[in-house]
Amino acid sequence: MKLTVWTYEGPPHVGAMRVATGMKGLHYVLHAPQGDTYADLLFTMIERRDHRPPVTYTTFQARDLGSDTAGLFKRACQDAYDRFKPEAIIVGASCTAELIQDDPGGLAETMGLPIPVIPLELPSYQRKENFGADETFFQIVRHLAKPAEKTARVSCNIIGPTALGFRHRDDVQEITNLLYELGIEVNVTAPMGATPGDIARMGQAHFNVLLYPETGEQAARHCEKTFGQPYTKVVPIGAGATWDFIEEIRMLSGSTAQIDSDRLRQSWWSRSVDSTYLTGKRVFIFGDGTHVKTAARIARDEMGFEVAGMGCYNREYARDVRTLAKEYGVEALITDDYLAVERAIETLQPEMILGTQMERHIGKRLGIPCAVISAPVHVQDFPARYSPQMGFEGANVIFDTWIHPLVMGLEEHLLHMFREDFEFNDAAGPSHHGGHAAPQAAPAPDAAAAAAPQDDNVIWLSEAEKELKKIPFFVRGKARRNTEFYATERGLHEISLDTLYEAKAHFAR
Amino acid sequence: MNDQMTPPPALGCRSAPVLKQRGQREVFCGLTGIIWLHRKMQDAFFLVVGSRTCAHLLQSAAGVMIFAEPRFGTAILEESDLAGLNDAHAELDREVETLLARRPDIRQLFLVGSCPSEVIKLDLSRAAERLTQLYAPKVRVLEYSGSGIETTFTQGEDACLASMVPVLPDTQERNLVVVGALPDVVEDQMLSLLADMGVGPVQVLPARTIDADVAVGPNTVFALTQPFLSDTHAALVRRGARHLAAPFPLGEEGTTAWLAAIAAEFGVTQDTFDAVTEAPRRRARQAVAQAAEALDGKSVFFFPDSQLEIPLARFLTRECGMTAIEVGSPYIHDEIHGPDLDLLPAGPQISEGQDVDLQLDRCRAARPDLTVCGLGLANPLEAEGLSTKWAIELVFTPVHFYEQAGDLASLFARPLRRKRILNGPALEAAQ
Ligand code: SF4
Repeated sequence: MKLTVWTYEGPPHVGAMRVATGMKGLHYVLHAPQGDTYADLLFTMIERRDHRPPVTYTTFQARDLGSDTAGLFKRACQDAYDRFKPEAIIVGASCTAELIQDDPGGLAETMGLPIPVIPLELPSYQRKENFGADETFFQIVRHLAKPAEKTARVSCNIIGPTALGFRHRDDVQEITNLLYELGIEVNVTAPMGATPGDIARMGQAHFNVLLYPETGEQAARHCEKTFGQPYTKVVPIGAGATWDFIEEIRMLSGSTAQIDSDRLRQSWWSRSVDSTYLTGKRVFIFGDGTHVKTAARIARDEMGFEVAGMGCYNREYARDVRTLAKEYGVEALITDDYLAVERAIETLQPEMILGTQMERHIGKRLGIPCAVISAPVHVQDFPARYSPQMGFEGANVIFDTWIHPLVMGLEEHLLHMFREDFEFNDAAGPSHHGGHAAPQAAPAPDAAAAAAPQDDNVIWLSEAEKELKKIPFFVRGKARRNTEFYATERGLHEISLDTLYEAKAHFAR
Repeated sequence: MNDQMTPPPALGCRSAPVLKQRGQREVFCGLTGIIWLHRKMQDAFFLVVGSRTCAHLLQSAAGVMIFAEPRFGTAILEESDLAGLNDAHAELDREVETLLARRPDIRQLFLVGSCPSEVIKLDLSRAAERLTQLYAPKVRVLEYSGSGIETTFTQGEDACLASMVPVLPDTQERNLVVVGALPDVVEDQMLSLLADMGVGPVQVLPARTIDADVAVGPNTVFALTQPFLSDTHAALVRRGARHLAAPFPLGEEGTTAWLAAIAAEFGVTQDTFDAVTEAPRRRARQAVAQAAEALDGKSVFFFPDSQLEIPLARFLTRECGMTAIEVGSPYIHDEIHGPDLDLLPAGPQISEGQDVDLQLDRCRAARPDLTVCGLGLANPLEAEGLSTKWAIELVFTPVHFYEQAGDLASLFARPLRRKRILNGPALEAAQ
């Protein structure tokens, strides 16, 4: 038993729903109690879908338990077939139905439906949403995809995008265009937008582009083994990764087509002098494994940030993220407990968080700016405008998204110079956010900081404390930490005004 | 008080035939009630013993995450808990110990059962007893079921309140207990109306903290402010209390009728009643009339959701000029919904329970001007050109009593007004 307040991932059957809802002509019959129908709203409200997810829930009740839940399942299955006439059905159990052991797969098989029926085994008490999506898509491919002659022109499948995915809609468009520029046709994009019929002809492609390992890796491996389709290992998030991805595609396809990279503005934007202030900003990165790995590279190599810490919530990627963290000289935090993430952020006092909606809330509380880089998704992660993360346009979008929460270069200097100006001070926050951003944000670092001295047995003398308060909020945490570190290292128990400035000089870069 | 009252219809809906279908139900489970109950009871913590699905439901139903650390959480069952129930009990004790150590402000702990905990027959009443002994008198531990196999949406609040009734202290005093979780501001309005009429002593269930002196006995009368409290009703009757049946205090008419039932019981004179209610009644009528302008002459179709559907249909038809096509409720109890059904003019199909696909067919065929439904159905129906009101907003927003009557009408009017605004330029261009 584990006490949880907020979760990064839903149960595995929600992952299966993301696959089913992304596809067309597929129906999911889910043995589940009525309350589990809440999951529909994830798609209709968060993603603003204009159709109900193609899911029929059996909605068994307590009084059915003693009698015939199996019969109920078969009726629901038959009704769903009659009403929706899908090309294929996937069947499975939610956490509760798993306990009553009706075996939806076996039951559905005996019904003799004239379409493929694909049983899902998703262990609800061990695994989570991403696994559910990955496994479901794998089973669909395993059951439906047939060996086929390769297309005459070089083609590939795009694998991994699902309903309710973080920017999947726009990533697919961006990468489809990029592949087109390279002279490669997209045979099937799946699960998003694919019908069971499309899945059947996936074997025609020459190779696979795996956009989201979290939700497509098993299927990609299966296709490699069964159809001899190699798959891409680079996830094209960030400018560097996009170039690597292009290189990988050239290797796989033999394409020599030139790429017009004029629209990649991110590289110059980052080099322009206006961006100097980004140098060495300490960032903490948290999210799903794939987005964290790509974000780390962008942060260090393309933005000039210092990666102060990183971690992921999906254990499947623990090994990858640990290896990467070692390379960056930081400790990896692998956890799905947001309180542990909050503690890590509080201790590290980064100047910025690159995280999920959870970290955005943590940042709000601690007064640390945050940009969102990964699922779990929120209605804000489905903007009306085109807003990919992948490819060149993705790199541009990421640049804008990441600097948006920050106080900008010249403004930062002005804040330092006029820090006691009653109007133009840190409580006013980044000027492009309106007047209300900082008042909640500013007190938090103080509150967090006030507790710190006792821990380390270093006392701030009142003059030094006063001076510290004059430092703008977005560097105050760092100044406090550095000074305390400096004092502790030298065995000082008091921090005076001099200590503060000695530390400042020591850490100057 | 009758001079301004609309007379009841010649034929109401109380004896109308009820359509009962069985199929997929598109509703939340009772866990959802925790979202508002944990705000109401300031010293209570709700510990769901369930699965990742339960945690995910709470997170999704809350819509936005309430990041002031909420007073609820889910103890997620893991493979090892399913293997042996004794171990599960030990695990639960351990989780409760950590929780209470971390949150010394907690005085009431609710263990909330879920589908998984019920299917594996994890006996939470045994756990609650054991934990009460351990933590009394500082913390009181109760349990109830919010599971989807036992409860529908608002029934979670019913189960929660019903679990509190047996432990309320005894009294021989004549008192009024008002039952149902209302936003504090609305509750205060209600209490002051009753106080002005000289009705008292009045207590409220659920109280804001455990120290409140809610007591019950053979001289207690009680009034419900929410139509989904049938188990709590039964539990109070078992304690000897008597129910004051009345329409629910939604809209001007409902509020007046609800207060009148209490006034009659406590011998409030007509003059006093009028003096206390006249001004707020006038305000309420005025506010409703303004907001209802968009609703007049329009039709409405209710999918079953919160059990508020029948009183709301009564309000919309009698005070806002709407026509009801279908009024679906997850459950209908004559004792509780009867007075509202009496007032609801005959005509609409009354339905109990649901086969969502069949009901969607009926809704599409009827093409109502406004459809009241859950979040899973709203956008798909909008995309088909229907206007919808999400039912969940009705339990998250202050809508009861006089001063909120106008807001209640506005909630329904807003989707129609919005459609009119957005369609405006297009229609003009077309003409
Ligand atoms: S229906 Fe049951 S399993 Fe689903 S969220 Fe509600 S209590 Fe949990």
